[in-house]
Amino acid sequence: MDISADKKFEDALQDLESVVEKLDAGTLSLEESLQAFEEGVALVRFLEEKLTEVEKRVEVLTRDNSGLFQTQNLETDEEGDT
Amino acid sequence: MTTSAFVSGSSRALSVTDLASLIQGQLEADFDNIWVVGELSGLRTPASGHIYFTLKDDTSQLRGVMFRGYARLLRFRPEDGLEVLIKGRVSLYSARGDLQVYAASMEPRGLGGQQLALEQLKAKLAVEGLFAPERKRPLPFFPRRVGVVTALGGAAIQDILTILHGRCPYTQVIVRPTKVQGAGAGVEIAAGINDLNEHGQVEVIIVGRGGGSREDLYAFNEEVVARAISDSELPVIAAVGHEIDLSIADLVADSRAPTPTAAAEMVVPVWADLSDRVAGTARALTTAMERTVTDRRRQAIRLEERIGDPQRQVDALRERTQTALSRLRSAFERKNEGVRARFEDLAATLNSLSPLAVLGRGYSLTRTIPGNAVVRDAATLHPGESVRLTFAQGEARARVEEVTP
Repeated sequence: MDISADKKFEDALQDLESVVEKLDAGTLSLEESLQAFEEGVALVRFLEEKLTEVEKRVEVLTRDNSGLFQTQNLETDEEGDT
Repeated sequence: MTTSAFVSGSSRALSVTDLASLIQGQLEADFDNIWVVGELSGLRTPASGHIYFTLKDDTSQLRGVMFRGYARLLRFRPEDGLEVLIKGRVSLYSARGDLQVYAASMEPRGLGGQQLALEQLKAKLAVEGLFAPERKRPLPFFPRRVGVVTALGGAAIQDILTILHGRCPYTQVIVRPTKVQGAGAGVEIAAGINDLNEHGQVEVIIVGRGGGSREDLYAFNEEVVARAISDSELPVIAAVGHEIDLSIADLVADSRAPTPTAAAEMVVPVWADLSDRVAGTARALTTAMERTVTDRRRQAIRLEERIGDPQRQVDALRERTQTALSRLRSAFERKNEGVRARFEDLAATLNSLSPLAVLGRGYSLTRTIPGNAVVRDAATLHPGESVRLTFAQGEARARVEEVTP
């Protein structure tokens, strides 16, 4: 089961919670339960990926002479930051 | 009776009330419509709605009051230390013997024109609906990239980064550096907001600066900033550190925070909480699935018990079939025996009818030669003829000697 990369984190989280709720209600057939479970697993995987999707980075946005955007890393005082 | 009559030194004594009343009349005649400039201090605004204050300069001070009816019309909030221009009158509050300035209007001095312009801009933008609550967009729940429009060297950016990465280590920040005060700051801030929109990498923008004086925060009251915020595709949090009024940026922004630190807290969730929530829900998913399987298995067992073991059923069927079969067989056999008995009876009867059986009892059979016909009458025979005799065992040939009919 594929989940669109554009899906919002909170939407996916809500979907996952409603899948669990449905499964918990125990009204699904075994076939439907398995389908719901698979959907849930895909959502968990998606959410876990989203949680660590970007790396901590601080950039400064400027424009060059021709008006094009430039970004460069910002030196900060923070520990462990580059 | 005129004031000069007393000043000129009459010996008649006055009551306090008379004197107070005379002074009051004199003051109101001479100071009916005055303008005075001074610094506000000891400001009190009790529930009555009147404003009490002391107006002072380096060497003198006067008590003052602005009654509710006038105070309601003020377009700024008076505060201690503010230099104001007051229009009003001077009189005596005879119950306490206090000489007071009775203010009918008050305007911050120096800021007067600017303040007026600000109020006018505020009114204009309000009419355009830029402050309308229905225009406010919700902030993203979990933005991965946050844009910040502020001065690079300021405390605001440090505060924001500290909070952002403390709460949510996986957040990218793109800073669009701008002046935040002084000439041209407003235009730069507006350009910064536009740039972050155009760049398209961030999901939400924080625009602001740390606390400062009213003058320092002026850029956040500029129309160009208000327009940039209202035109922004991305939700904007205004974070203008201030102690007094809300800036226009605060009013237009989708959300406002009292400080840059508060804005950073507003913009990202606590990552660890989110991670826990995902992990907890994932566990709940597994548990729910396991329970579903267990439940179904239990259900299957219950059903099986109701149906019974199919093998046992087959066995029982087979047993019944076999019983039926053997009963059938024995019934058949019984019937068979009857048939055999009848057959044997029949065979015996047949046997008794056989001529051989008669011969067995000592009789013999006589037949002619030739013709082989059974002789039943002696008269058919002639002496000298041969006949054949058949016995129980064997045959003989004989000659007729004599015939006796």
